[in-house]
Amino acid sequence: MSDTSIDSSKRTWLITSGCAGAVGAAAVAVPFVSTFQPSERAKAAGAAVEVDISGIKPGEKLTVEWRGKPVWIVRRTPEQIAELSKIDDELADPKSARKPSELTPSYARNEGRSIKPEFFVAVGICTHLGCSPGDKFVVGAQPSLPDNWPGGFLCPCHGSTFDMAGRVFKNKPAPDNLEVPPHMYLSDNKLLIGEDKSA
Amino acid sequence: MAEFKEVSPDAGNGEKLLNWVDNRFPLSKLYKEHLSEYYAPKNFNFFYFFGALSILVLVIQIVTGIFLVMHYKPDASLAFASVEYIMRDVPWGWLIRYMHSTGASAFFIVVYLHMFRGLIYGSYRKPRELVWIFGCAIFLCLMAEAFMGYLLPWGQMSYWGAQVIVNLFAAVPFIGPDLALLIRGDYVVGDATLNRFFSFHVIAVPLVLLGLVVAHIIALHEVGSNNPDGVEIKATKGADGHPLDGIPFHPYYTIHDILGVSVFLLVFTSIIFFAPEVGGYFLEYNNFIPADPLKTPLHIAPVWYFTPYYSMLRATTDVMINVLSIISALSAAYVVFKTSVQNKFKLVTAVGAAVLIVLLNIFDAKFWGVVVMGGAVIMLFFLPWLDHSPVKSIRYRPNWHKWLYAVFVVFFVILGYLGIQPPSEIGTLIAQVGTIYYFGFFLLMPVWTQLGEFKVVPDRVTFVPH
Repeated sequence: MSDTSIDSSKRTWLITSGCAGAVGAAAVAVPFVSTFQPSERAKAAGAAVEVDISGIKPGEKLTVEWRGKPVWIVRRTPEQIAELSKIDDELADPKSARKPSELTPSYARNEGRSIKPEFFVAVGICTHLGCSPGDKFVVGAQPSLPDNWPGGFLCPCHGSTFDMAGRVFKNKPAPDNLEVPPHMYLSDNKLLIGEDKSA
Repeated sequence: MAEFKEVSPDAGNGEKLLNWVDNRFPLSKLYKEHLSEYYAPKNFNFFYFFGALSILVLVIQIVTGIFLVMHYKPDASLAFASVEYIMRDVPWGWLIRYMHSTGASAFFIVVYLHMFRGLIYGSYRKPRELVWIFGCAIFLCLMAEAFMGYLLPWGQMSYWGAQVIVNLFAAVPFIGPDLALLIRGDYVVGDATLNRFFSFHVIAVPLVLLGLVVAHIIALHEVGSNNPDGVEIKATKGADGHPLDGIPFHPYYTIHDILGVSVFLLVFTSIIFFAPEVGGYFLEYNNFIPADPLKTPLHIAPVWYFTPYYSMLRATTDVMINVLSIISALSAAYVVFKTSVQNKFKLVTAVGAAVLIVLLNIFDAKFWGVVVMGGAVIMLFFLPWLDHSPVKSIRYRPNWHKWLYAVFVVFFVILGYLGIQPPSEIGTLIAQVGTIYYFGFFLLMPVWTQLGEFKVVPDRVTFVPH
C-alpha cells in the first residue's frame, strides 16, 4: 500500500474507538481503586465506649481503646491544673484556636481543654506522625526534656512535647494540640467516649 | 523473521535439538547477546561485584519468600503468632525466615554499593541515562517492598513504623488525609492494612521489580558497561569487530563473579547462623513484641537502610524552613545580580524563589519534611543531567572533587546513624547540616562539576595483566 492513499474515515474511526476504549479502561479502574476505601465493617466499628472513671486516682491515667486508637483519661492533681495557666507563652496554640472543629469540641475550649478541670480526655496520638506519646508527669529536668519541664507528654518518635492539657509546645514537629474526642458524662463516674450531646 | 536453518544430517542429536529450538525461539541468539558475546571492559574492580550480587539476593528473596508464604497468615490476629510458628515449629523454618530477613538488609548493602559505584565512575552519563533511571526506579520499588514487608510480622516496630510512614502521606496538603485513609483501608493501621500490604509485598511490587530489572539489564547490554576509567571501549575495536578492551561476559566475568558470590555467601551465612539480629539493626528488638495500637515503644526508629532519609525528615523543623527560605533568597539574588544569564532567566529565577519561599512558610514543616525525604530519593533520577563534568570517572577529576564525594559519603553515614538514635538537639543540628550538604551536592552539580583541573582521559582502559 502506498502512503498516498490514507483512508481518513478509517483513521477517524480508529481514533474514536481508541478513545472509547481508554474511557472504558478508566471506568474499570474506579471499582478497583474503590476497594482501597474502608469497608462497611471498618466504618461500623466506630461505636462509642463507656468508661467507669471512679477508680482513677489523682495524677493517674487510664487508657481505653476507641476506634482502634488509644484514648487517655487523666485525672489531674490541683498542682497540675494550677500549672496550666502559667505556661501559655511556651505553647504553640494555648487557646486551642487552630482547627477547633477537628481537635477541640466547643465544651473543651478552655484552659484545661476539658469538661471538668480535673478529668482530661484526649486521643493519645501525636498530631505529627501518629505515634502515641508517653507520660512524663514528673516535673523538672530529665533526659529529652527541658529543665523547667512542667509535666506532660513526650512523643518518643520525633520529640514533640505536650502539656497536661495536650497542648503542644513551640518549635516541635507536631503542628497541633492533641485531639479531644467527642465525650460526655453519663453520671459522675460514667464517661461516654465517641458521642456528645451535640451529636 | 529469520530464515529456517537446516543442519547437516550427520550432526549429533544435541545440535539437531538446538537447531530445532533456534528455529522457533532465539535461544542461541540470546545466549550470545547477553553472555558469550557480551563484551564487558576487562578492567572491572571490586565495585563491579555488586550488580551480580544484587541479582543473587533478588533470587534468594524470591525463593525464601515463596516458602514463607506457605506458612504465614496475613491476619492481624494471627500474623505475629504465625511468624513465631515459622521460627519454632516449621522444620528449618527459622533458616528460611532468617535468610529472608537478612536478605532484606543484604539487598540494601549491595544496592547502596552498586549505586555508589555508578556515582563515582559516572555510569549514569550519556548514553547510560536509562540504565541509571531504571536503576533508581528499582531502588524506589525496593524501598516500597522493604517497608511493606516490614509490617507483616505485626510486631511493635512493624505497627508503629507503618503508622508513621502512612501518616507521612497524610501531611500532603488538601488530599493527604483521604490518601492516608485509602492506603490504610481503615481509620487506623489494622487488619485491612496488613492484608493489602501482604498483597503488594508478595505479588504487585515484585512483578514491577522484576520487569524493571529486565529493563535495567536490556538497557545496559544495549549501551555496554561503563568501567572505572569511564572510557568507552566500543570506540576502539579490533579487526574482529569486538572492543579491544572487552572480554566476553561468559566465561570471564561469570567465573570472576564466583569469587564475589563466595565471599558474599560467607558473610551472609555467618550472619544468618551467628547473629541474625545483628544487635538489633537487621531485626529490631521491639519487633519481638506483638503490635499494640495503644502503646508506642519508647524508642522507635526505622530499619537502618531507611535512616539516612528518615534523618532528613526529622531535620526539617521550623528553624530549617527559615534556613531554606534564606538559602532560596540568597541563591536567587546571586543569579540575578552576579551572573550574566539572560534577563528572562533572571526573572524566572526571582519569581520561582519568591513562590518557593511563600509556599515554604504556608505549609507545615511536617509536609516539607516529607518533601525533603522524597526529594532526596527522586533527585537521583536527574543525576545524568545534573553532572556537567567533562570526564566520567572520578579518576580523572580534580582531587578536590574526591573530597566532596568523601564528605558526601561521610554525611550519608552520619545521617544514617542519627536516624537510629533518639531525637536530640545536637543530632538535629548535625542532620540539618548533612541534609543541606546532600541537596547542595546534587543541586549545585551543574556548577562545581565543571570547575577545576581535569586530568587527561586515556584512549584505552588502565589494565595490568594478572
